[in-house]
Amino acid sequence: MLEIKNLHVQLEEEDKQILKGVDLTVEAGKVHAIMGPNGSGKSTLSYVLSGKDGYEVTDGEATLAGEDLLDMEPEERAAAGLFLAFQYPVEIPGVGNMTFLRTAVNAQRKARGEEEMSAADFLKLVRSKAKELKIDADMLKRPVNVGFSGGEKKRNEILQMAMLEPKMCILDETDSGLDVDAMKLVSEGVNALRDEGRGFLVITHYQRLLDHIKPDVVHIMAAGRIVKTGGPELALEVEQNGYADILAEIA
Amino acid sequence: MALTQVKQDATAARLAGLSLPEGGWSAGARKDALARLQAMGLPHARDEYWKYTKPAGLVAAEPAKAAIFTTDEAPMFDGLDRLKIVFVDGVFDAETSDDLALEGITIDRLADVKDIHWANGLYGVLEARGQDPVERPLAALNTAFATDGILIHAAKTPSKPINLIYRHGDESSDAILHHVVKVDSGASLTILENGPAAARFNKCLEADIADGGALHVVRTQGRDHERQAATHMFARLGKESVFKAFTLTVNGVLTRNECVIELTGDDAVAHVAGACMGDGDFHHDDTVFVTHDAVNCESRQVFKKVLRNGATGVFQGKILVKPDAQKTDGYQISQSLLLDEDSQFLAKPELEIYADDVACSHGSTSGAIDEDALFYLRSRGVPHAIAQDLLVLSFLAEAVEEIEDEALQEEILTRAEAWLSRHRKD
Repeated sequence: MLEIKNLHVQLEEEDKQILKGVDLTVEAGKVHAIMGPNGSGKSTLSYVLSGKDGYEVTDGEATLAGEDLLDMEPEERAAAGLFLAFQYPVEIPGVGNMTFLRTAVNAQRKARGEEEMSAADFLKLVRSKAKELKIDADMLKRPVNVGFSGGEKKRNEILQMAMLEPKMCILDETDSGLDVDAMKLVSEGVNALRDEGRGFLVITHYQRLLDHIKPDVVHIMAAGRIVKTGGPELALEVEQNGYADILAEIA
Repeated sequence: MALTQVKQDATAARLAGLSLPEGGWSAGARKDALARLQAMGLPHARDEYWKYTKPAGLVAAEPAKAAIFTTDEAPMFDGLDRLKIVFVDGVFDAETSDDLALEGITIDRLADVKDIHWANGLYGVLEARGQDPVERPLAALNTAFATDGILIHAAKTPSKPINLIYRHGDESSDAILHHVVKVDSGASLTILENGPAAARFNKCLEADIADGGALHVVRTQGRDHERQAATHMFARLGKESVFKAFTLTVNGVLTRNECVIELTGDDAVAHVAGACMGDGDFHHDDTVFVTHDAVNCESRQVFKKVLRNGATGVFQGKILVKPDAQKTDGYQISQSLLLDEDSQFLAKPELEIYADDVACSHGSTSGAIDEDALFYLRSRGVPHAIAQDLLVLSFLAEAVEEIEDEALQEEILTRAEAWLSRHRKD
């Protein structure tokens, strides 16, 4: 589903290499997790894949279902099926959550040459999905993420994911700022979307998210590269011993 | 101070083409206004309050032509139950207007000259008070030469709003209208205004709001690109009264909206807000003066301007708190969203406070589109141009939310969206 080969990325504004040859393949139906110390390049990877400004790809490639991601505008990547759940979802005062969701859903449909969803169908769908995530009517009506708690913001990200039905979901530290109950709720939302046609890349610092969203493959990222890949047991190892042992082992 | 020769000449040139209308009860007020105008002269680019807005087009003897924009969009406020009063190029149009009758209020035309009228004693009076300490010569000119206008006395709360519709039919029209509104104690009145009015429009509204009365004004100034306008709102507020005004301006090479508010009774509330969007040859000026002269009053000024392709926005907003106006709560914010480097926003916030137990805050900002928000929207599949429009609406929201009535908020947002989609570059 997602194929990344030898990806090298530096910041546009300064001559600083962040990713130094990332190789990663996420198959449809699988959940991959990336763990790694602060500054290892995890979030940069998610931004580069989704098309944020400020990064320059100096080498390598990334494709989604065979399509070259790096050549597309962010909205084209979304329409192609990529979704990034933000670590810090952005507040947009004055734009209703529903308006935002409907604009996004229909823009993607239009870009794919599909018919736009009617107001009635949309409303029905959003209500049922919101209910599963315990998002009430008031949260849907309020401006995007404005006045939302940390947990509400992350639930709202998962709601968008559920509405947009992407092929490939990247979750950037979705567990940050969540209490235990909220983490459970968000994880249930993600698990409900697990599907053999859909890939997941879960970026996290902590093993505990992976107790709820069980990964098939765990990668350790350090200094801009994937340095170790293994099964779920690798996450447990990090939890117990920290990164020092693994990093020492590679060095 | 004696007028400069330049001012004398410009004023004489403008007055040469005007004659005092048959005034009846208003004749005295008109003569007084003419004397005020001759003493101060018409505005000049060197005047302190005309530094950022060149008055030439507003004071010239003849108006510049303005082409008429036609559209198949539904007329503004079309879906609302309202009493329509239509002016075409500043001339009352009985055919398309409703009967000037509504329970609880009386409506007369300024042009229906009588010898006695309740508006005598208000007409030109609030305008004259508003000349101190800042001169507003175009308002004095208006009082002297207004050819028509509406005189509304709201003794009770009417069942629906009054909609003043200003149509533009002649490319060279020059219109001067003057309205007087008197709201009695306990009554609440809503006035809606829309339309480009004329190639050049000078409009004045004087509002006297008695203790416990309320006046809401929601207006839109569209859409003919070359039109020019100078408008004044003068409001005097009694005890526990409310005045709320909102203006949406899109297009127009030159618009100067002045609002002069006097809080004269305790616990009164005045909110004045505006949103404007300009693309290219667009100059928009909000000049506001709020005087707190009573205890525990609240005033808010909320102005938002979206500017691109060399458009210019001006804000001159003042809060004056007199020595006895304790417990004043004054707020003022003016913000611009500059969509490119060619556009500019000129802001002059002023506070002058003589009371010591007062909370007054003000702020003014200029900024670009929030790149993080733009990326967030695009990452969800929203195309760049539409994402930018959503963020423009997001920026305007704080001003639009100043309108109390949600249906009117919707109406304004619909217009703003239509403008954005007309000006969208895909």
